[in-house]
Amino acid sequence: MTKRVFFSIALTLSLLVGAVSAQAAEGGAELMSAHVNLKDKASLQRGARLYFNYCSGCHSLHFMRYSRMAKDLGLTEKEVMNNLNFTGAKFRGHAIAAMHEADAAKWFGKAPPDLSLKVAEKGSDYVYSYLNSFYLDPERPVGWNNVVFPNASMPNPLWELQGLQVAEKGKAEDGSEVVEHLKLEQPGRMSPEQFHEATRDLTAFLTYVSEPAALKRESMGIWVLLYLAAFTFLAYLLKHEYWKDVH
Amino acid sequence: MAGAIARWFNERAPGLAPMYRKHMTEYYAPKNFNVMYYFGSLAMLVLVNQILTGIFLAMFYKPSALEVFPGTSEAFASVYYIMRDVDWGWLIRYMHTTGASMFFVVVYLHMFRGLMYGSYKKPRELVWILGMLIFLVLMAEAFMGYVLPWGNMSFWGAKVIISLFGAIPVVGETLVHWIMGDFSPADATLNRFFSLHVVALPIVLLLLVVLHLAALHEVGSNNPDGVEIKKKKNEKGIPLDGIPFHPYYTVKDLFGVGMFLLICAFIIFFAPSMGGWFLEHDNYIPANHLVTPAAIKPVWYFTPFYAILRMIPFKLPGVLTMFGAIVLLFLTPWIDRGQVKSIRYRGTGYKVALTLFALSFISLGLVGAEVTAEAIPMIFGANADITSIENLFGRFWVLVYFGFFVFLWVYTYFGLEKTKPVPERVTTHD
Repeated sequence: MTKRVFFSIALTLSLLVGAVSAQAAEGGAELMSAHVNLKDKASLQRGARLYFNYCSGCHSLHFMRYSRMAKDLGLTEKEVMNNLNFTGAKFRGHAIAAMHEADAAKWFGKAPPDLSLKVAEKGSDYVYSYLNSFYLDPERPVGWNNVVFPNASMPNPLWELQGLQVAEKGKAEDGSEVVEHLKLEQPGRMSPEQFHEATRDLTAFLTYVSEPAALKRESMGIWVLLYLAAFTFLAYLLKHEYWKDVH
Repeated sequence: MAGAIARWFNERAPGLAPMYRKHMTEYYAPKNFNVMYYFGSLAMLVLVNQILTGIFLAMFYKPSALEVFPGTSEAFASVYYIMRDVDWGWLIRYMHTTGASMFFVVVYLHMFRGLMYGSYKKPRELVWILGMLIFLVLMAEAFMGYVLPWGNMSFWGAKVIISLFGAIPVVGETLVHWIMGDFSPADATLNRFFSLHVVALPIVLLLLVVLHLAALHEVGSNNPDGVEIKKKKNEKGIPLDGIPFHPYYTVKDLFGVGMFLLICAFIIFFAPSMGGWFLEHDNYIPANHLVTPAAIKPVWYFTPFYAILRMIPFKLPGVLTMFGAIVLLFLTPWIDRGQVKSIRYRGTGYKVALTLFALSFISLGLVGAEVTAEAIPMIFGANADITSIENLFGRFWVLVYFGFFVFLWVYTYFGLEKTKPVPERVTTHD
């Protein structure tokens, strides 16, 4: 009995330690680290350009207004309307896909999801890894597959930039086929390093889109903490002063 | 001027000043409160925060499950309207969501304090019962608030929790449909939960808090020594170990408020979702009755009770055991027959039992939050039988949780406890 108690306490403690690290392990495939930097405005702007050129045809950002994006990313109305808005939407309107959702559902089996909150849902590492993990798979309806999201119905929109990856498959312990490694069979317009940077920018942009308030949240938080620290210190002095006569 | 105003009030409401004195300047609290005694006032602070931020959220939130664009309800869209388009909306909402979790942090610590120092014992049974009622209403309030964003976890959480009533024989199924107002959580459910969350339950909560405090001030506060300070009074009838609540504990609690707000502000500004513990990842997806989340689990503060439900086979026994876990807390003043209040002077058996009880609460929380299910393959290897290891682990801690109450009764009823002498007066204070 005591052994069991000891075992359980040990397990509890080890679980507590593992609780935080366990969070990332969902989904199976190892994820790459995105290392996005929301303070890097140029990266966000490059990410926005990639997004509106390669993603916005099919995916919507129902919760993102062009005007808000212009303000947060340091772009002018003219820059946004000429270079990023391809749907004729109003400047204060939301970035909604050109493709009709009903058509999309017919063509891909499932309408491409709204990406406004994708990073909040999945994490930036997931999105970054997903963008880097497409490979050619003739067995799939659109000819593409993805290691991070197996049997995704989405073709690789960035293939021109990345080139074409193919899977090198091996056998898992139970005999089923698994993708062991992705090989770049035909280079694209970018080198692998450039492509990593580009997808990092794109992920950074989508991270921003998931929570526009994140841009100012932390810088504001420092001042709030400083104020509260001063307040708490004064409260401590006040308490100390009053409690002098309590014996 | 101030004197004139005071006179004006005094002539018209002569009861006000005595009431203020009774509860503030002439409410004598023991002078030896330690750090565990901050959480009552902090719970009140969080309640005020929830009401104030809630008022502003309700100005912009729309309790409607109708679609505004394919797959997304008006409720869900209004939450992100608050997060993006409403000035300071993100801050107000994060204060509300962080407040919800911090409410349970302080309430659990407040309750644990009660167990440590025997604050539930005679003459404070009524204080404890009213506190437990607050806890129950708070759970209902939190659950309904969690449903409002109408994310996918809101939807499935509502479905699972409401369906628990279906375990009741005969009327169960009808009851579930009556609560939901539909055959599945839907627009009707969302509307009534909004009404209950912003009107009915807050009113009940406030009333119970007033009663909780009134009952407390009637008998006076307990303290870390478990000594009744009212037994030793000076010639004026003031407890020798008592100090006026105001100004001594108002300034002390002000310091506690500062420390607490530092922690809250850190969360709000630097980690508002707390890595998925305060705001769950699956709730960033709009409610979808066709797509079940990979793991339906409640927010962290419900996980210990949810784990009890999961660890017991069959629905009705599971539901009964889960509610039993709360009923036993209600009955604690009568289960524990020991005369000594504070853990400082109680037997070793009680110290060990209370520690194990706290560990069982945390361990069951980890089971309910699916942390064990994720950690088992890492500890025991990829081929480990997750379900049976988790069941063994979880059921062991369910036994410990309920064993605590059985032990407590046997230990005190049969006089097995070897207590230390309790001092006449309180011992230490900072």
